[in-house]
Amino acid sequence: MVTAVLSDADLRWRAWEAASQVVDPEIPVLTIADLGVLRDVQVRDGRVEVAITPTYSGCPAMNMIELEIELALERAGIARPTIRTVLSPPWTTDWMSEDGRNKLRAYGIAPPQASSSRRALFGEQQVACPQCGSGDTELLSEFGSTSCKALWRCKACREPFDYFKCH
Amino acid sequence: MAAANITVSETPLVLYTLRRADDALILGHRLSEWCGHAPMLEEDMALANMGLDLLGQARELYSYAAKVEGGRNDEDKFAYLRDVRQYRNLLLLEQPNGDFARTTVRQFFYAAFADLYWRAMMRSSDPTLSAIAAKSEKESAYHVRHSSEWLIRLGDGTEESHRRAQAAIDELWAFTGEMFSVDDSERGLIDAGIAIDPAPLRPQWLNTISSVVSEATLALPDNDWMQQGGRSGRHSEHLGHLLSELQSIQRSFPGATW
Repeated sequence: MVTAVLSDADLRWRAWEAASQVVDPEIPVLTIADLGVLRDVQVRDGRVEVAITPTYSGCPAMNMIELEIELALERAGIARPTIRTVLSPPWTTDWMSEDGRNKLRAYGIAPPQASSSRRALFGEQQVACPQCGSGDTELLSEFGSTSCKALWRCKACREPFDYFKCH
Repeated sequence: MAAANITVSETPLVLYTLRRADDALILGHRLSEWCGHAPMLEEDMALANMGLDLLGQARELYSYAAKVEGGRNDEDKFAYLRDVRQYRNLLLLEQPNGDFARTTVRQFFYAAFADLYWRAMMRSSDPTLSAIAAKSEKESAYHVRHSSEWLIRLGDGTEESHRRAQAAIDELWAFTGEMFSVDDSERGLIDAGIAIDPAPLRPQWLNTISSVVSEATLALPDNDWMQQGGRSGRHSEHLGHLLSELQSIQRSFPGATW
């Protein structure tokens, strides 16, 4: 078995590499590393332990992501990793990588705006259309096709689009 | 043969956690009943989304209750194998969906409370409860905004939507007092810094409620008589019907999985 001949540091690196390639089943252009869902990889007594955090409490993709991590590690020669879900600190869109934001936009989903005023009860938000770039857009629904998205429409190009909610 | 009820050793911390878990599960289930029936597609998705948030919160809380209890039960057993008298949720949350105005008012009353409650609970000395609270408060912020916007639209909308929204407020108001009540079992946990005392949150809650209700051109009832019982397992007849649907598979086919 591969794990026997690797140092803990190498094993950890290999496990991170493998786990960080896993994509979100609902937004397949983003890896769980881009999203900030992959929190940590540790090696304890030769066993790999992966920590992930949910975007939203009820995110139904978490079970799928766990399974995908197990499969990815298996393919990298790492058997039976432990996958732990951590809640603290709570996930925030601020953890999304710049690369991840660009990939989202190219995919047609407006990326979350950095530290916007989620608390402002009726706060105005400015979201640029991922299709044409116009700022002349409007919110259609706070809740979109998945827990993490809202539904918007561009008034310039008339296209509806998903917005990755700031969280 | 039908599956039997579990027994739960209700230490104060188990009971406290189950009460919050039951709140989330029962309201989440009520919202899921709208799936495919909401007035429009966007709203169908919104209600299901909020139901999903609540279901996620319930799962985390049930899992923690199971851990505190010592592992004899788990999240599924808590949800599927307790009967009406063993449920500890607020009466408000088991009330039927009624029309869209009633669902909106129920959601608004609870979300405005939960948002304050979770934010306060982030300071709990119990690290798991504080982590669950930090996760949940981000979600409740959206629920408050969503239900506030709808209440204003309904109240300040047509004559009919106004009438229905006011009727919903009048009908559900008597269930709001229970959110702020505390019994001896919780008092000890509050003194220990684990649980949150909801009573001091009421002025701020009332502030939010009043400003939205008045913007909606609606009014809060003068009557301050409040109905209680859910926290100690005395429920309205509606919970039994809800559970019969929620639990039917596990009751009829014990241990069924997919």
